[in-house]
Amino acid sequence: MLGKLSFSAIPLDVPILVGTFLGVAVIGLAVLGAVTYYGKWGYLWREWLTTVDHKRLAVMYVILAIVMLFRGFADAIMMRTQLALAYKGNPGYLPPHHYDQIFSAHGTIMIFFMAMAFMTGLLNLVVPLQIGARDVAFPFLNSLSFYMTLVGALLINISLFIGEFAQCGWLVYPPLSEMQFSPGVGVDYYIWAVQISGVGTLLTGVNFFTTIVKMRAPGMGWMQMPVFTWTAFCTTVLIMVSFPVLTVTLALLSLDRYLGMHFFTNDAGGNVMLYLSMIWTWGHPEVYILVIPAFGVFSEVTATFSQKPLFGYKTMVYATCSIMVLSFVVWVHHFFTMGAGANVNTFFGIMTMIIAVPTGVKIYNWLFTMYKGRVEFTAPMYWTIGFMITFSIGGMTGVMMAMPAADWILHNSLFLIAHFHNVIIGGVYFGYIAGMGFWFPKAFGFKLNEAWGKRAFWCWFIGFYLAFVPLYILGLEGMTRRMNHYDNPDWYPWMLVAEAGAIVIACGIACQLTQLYVSIRDRNLPENLDLTGDPWNGRTLEWAISSPPPAYNFAVIPDIHGLDTFHTEKQLGLKAHGKPLAPIHMPKNTSAGVFIGLFAFLFGFASIWYIWWLAAISLIGIVATMILRSANRDVDYYVPVSEIEHNEEVYSRRIAAAQAAE
Amino acid sequence: MKKLWRYLPALPALMLSGCTVDLLQPRGPVAELNRDVMVAEFVIMMLIVVPTCAATLYFAWKYRASNKEAEYLPTWDHSTVIEYVIWGVPAILIAVLGAISWWSTHAYDPYRPLQTADNVKPLNVQVVSLDWKWMFIYPDLGIATINQLDVPTNTPLNFQITSDTVMTSFFIPRLGSMIYAMPGQQTQLHLLANESGDYLGEASQFSGRGFSDMKFRTLAMDPAQFNDWVEKVKSGSENLDDTTYPKYAAPQEAAPVQYFAHVQPDLFDGIVAKYNNGMMVDKTTGKVMHMQSASNAAPSDTGMKE
Repeated sequence: MLGKLSFSAIPLDVPILVGTFLGVAVIGLAVLGAVTYYGKWGYLWREWLTTVDHKRLAVMYVILAIVMLFRGFADAIMMRTQLALAYKGNPGYLPPHHYDQIFSAHGTIMIFFMAMAFMTGLLNLVVPLQIGARDVAFPFLNSLSFYMTLVGALLINISLFIGEFAQCGWLVYPPLSEMQFSPGVGVDYYIWAVQISGVGTLLTGVNFFTTIVKMRAPGMGWMQMPVFTWTAFCTTVLIMVSFPVLTVTLALLSLDRYLGMHFFTNDAGGNVMLYLSMIWTWGHPEVYILVIPAFGVFSEVTATFSQKPLFGYKTMVYATCSIMVLSFVVWVHHFFTMGAGANVNTFFGIMTMIIAVPTGVKIYNWLFTMYKGRVEFTAPMYWTIGFMITFSIGGMTGVMMAMPAADWILHNSLFLIAHFHNVIIGGVYFGYIAGMGFWFPKAFGFKLNEAWGKRAFWCWFIGFYLAFVPLYILGLEGMTRRMNHYDNPDWYPWMLVAEAGAIVIACGIACQLTQLYVSIRDRNLPENLDLTGDPWNGRTLEWAISSPPPAYNFAVIPDIHGLDTFHTEKQLGLKAHGKPLAPIHMPKNTSAGVFIGLFAFLFGFASIWYIWWLAAISLIGIVATMILRSANRDVDYYVPVSEIEHNEEVYSRRIAAAQAAE
Repeated sequence: MKKLWRYLPALPALMLSGCTVDLLQPRGPVAELNRDVMVAEFVIMMLIVVPTCAATLYFAWKYRASNKEAEYLPTWDHSTVIEYVIWGVPAILIAVLGAISWWSTHAYDPYRPLQTADNVKPLNVQVVSLDWKWMFIYPDLGIATINQLDVPTNTPLNFQITSDTVMTSFFIPRLGSMIYAMPGQQTQLHLLANESGDYLGEASQFSGRGFSDMKFRTLAMDPAQFNDWVEKVKSGSENLDDTTYPKYAAPQEAAPVQYFAHVQPDLFDGIVAKYNNGMMVDKTTGKVMHMQSASNAAPSDTGMKE
């Protein structure tokens, strides 16, 4: 009846997990209780859970990303603490069975549910506003994408309390991840969490690609698109091309595990090399999927806060597109040590190095954007400058490992770990946090607290170097990744330094939480309120409307005649609203996403535990919901002119109030 | 207390002194090349990374909004000269690194046999990666060990590597390059130790529960000592053949060192062949051999437990 599921799957014998469960349960009950106490269930359901508004989905994505950041970071600091203890015969406090789950979960969560969710959140918030659109091309799909991502995140976190998670690293390399070596449900949790969220990501890719291609405001040609939108465009192309590869790879692995097939098994013609090649065909573009939008954030932030247009817009576009193309011809650099011939290794090594050229060009573009500008040192600008320095170093160590002769000794070492954290924290994370600070007022109508933002930056910046420079050194000392204990006295002091770095980063996260708290508390102070919708003297269209924008974003779709049209017109004192108002056609909210998400969750959980009757019912539920949704013709409505006029009037009064205050 | 801070910058140097930085202190020509290439890359790239980071900080400070002295060009966004430089300089640098890459990847391809000036006969070692230990078979000497690799100095070492479990990676940091060990596959690696010593050997690809203890000592010694060692091993009594192999190959954490005085000659081939329907390709001749090894021939299934 319950497949493999029984009470013994609940790890009551692991005190850390029991404690975590109690913590999560208390917080969860407190949140649910608060919603009930304030009578907000109806509001939550109507305005948020069933929403198809890209701005609200954006907020939910970022909240998910922040929650997943806590989970991923908790894993990180547990690993660092283990390695600060487990020296010379001391087994530490995490036995391999637990430790191996932690490093696997850390990578999976940080990439798929922290970074991807954060990235999708930023795309959702900004792209339609930057191109003058009223929503995305497929608003319902957008809601569905969010629920698919959420379901993946839920599954992976439930593995903490029911059963176990994978113990073979964040890419679950076979044959270790095959039934023969991993008979538990851990790998199945991985497969279904990643597969279900992968559907969401693929749909997001299709959705935003279509939105950018088809829904730009009149007059906005390709070369008038804001840089962030360009980077979003490149990312959606990468998603559409690479995520199907991931889906197929994991589908083959599940055929091995569920139906006894032999794609990647040791025997019967299975071949692990095929898996490595396939997973990295997705895996390498994936890191660019994450970092390219961060480049877009830095471009917007640098230009706005240097009070100058971005230096070399065209160069930036070409550089982004060449990175997009090159990212597909470098995947073999993840396994130079597999024994491929010298010509193959050289080709992929040199291709990898070539990516450094357009990436370097981008750094110089930001550099020359600051040059002869008026740089305002806001928190997003701190993250940007911190990024330029950190990413230059990370890029350098990346090029070092692109050389096969060097990678043959650096592969799988802590040097590698230090390198990719260097680019992912220094590039992706710094970028997303800069973006969050930059666009927060657009989403909520008030600014984030600057002082706490800068404190968070300093903790992250210093903490990063403290935590990862020792890992570079440990890599040079021959320490490999994923070790649970060691007895080399040379390694021990560096592990202590790295632990200190993790603690400093923890302070950084605490500062960010405080920043959110302080900002919400002081949101009505005049210096924090964003009445004009343009708090930073911005350049792109999202700053032309009120903060937060009305559901339909633009009362009148603006005409575009060049890059930074909004900024130019602002300089000339022109107002974009010249055309008569007309009723606006908008999509209605729908609960279909919630229900498909619910069924997908049950389907994933049932498949993990071999509860086939439940899997069948949930699958029928998914299909039935799809059919009901497709047959529903009542999916749209018109916003009447009177309502638009009212909103516009309120907005004008707020601008007047802001001007009077000045 | 204040005085102590002055010494803070020296702390990393202090922490490194007396330490072995394996990858920077090679004990063989391959590791020397690995290191030289790595250091050369680092130096070449520092030429561009340091000025870039310095310029970032300088521009940000010089053009800060409060500095009204600095020139401000609110619409300047293009300069053909600068664009040529920012595309050109990195491109030249990458061309140089690309050339180094081409040369070093070919010259020290792990598959390329090494030669010494005096044409010393290479030592063949067959490496089998197990859960969670290493088996070393010396086919020409008829002996084998577990978790200890003894090699003569200044002798080319020809490794033939496979795995009888999951994929892992064979790595002796101070001798250089690593290569994956994969079930059913034979990979090759050519190394040489030019100094006697006791070097760390490890698995660098995570392979499960006992991974952290999957280490071995690499003892490099002069050829005379090595011959003595071989004799010592041969005087033992343990046999490694089809009947005893499964016992030694069984999963074991932190396995102790073991010597085998006699090894069945085709043992390694049988281990490779059992994942390939009993076939094994002889890499030197390219011929397909059909192995008869009885106890190895039963391939482990995917583990679908009916």
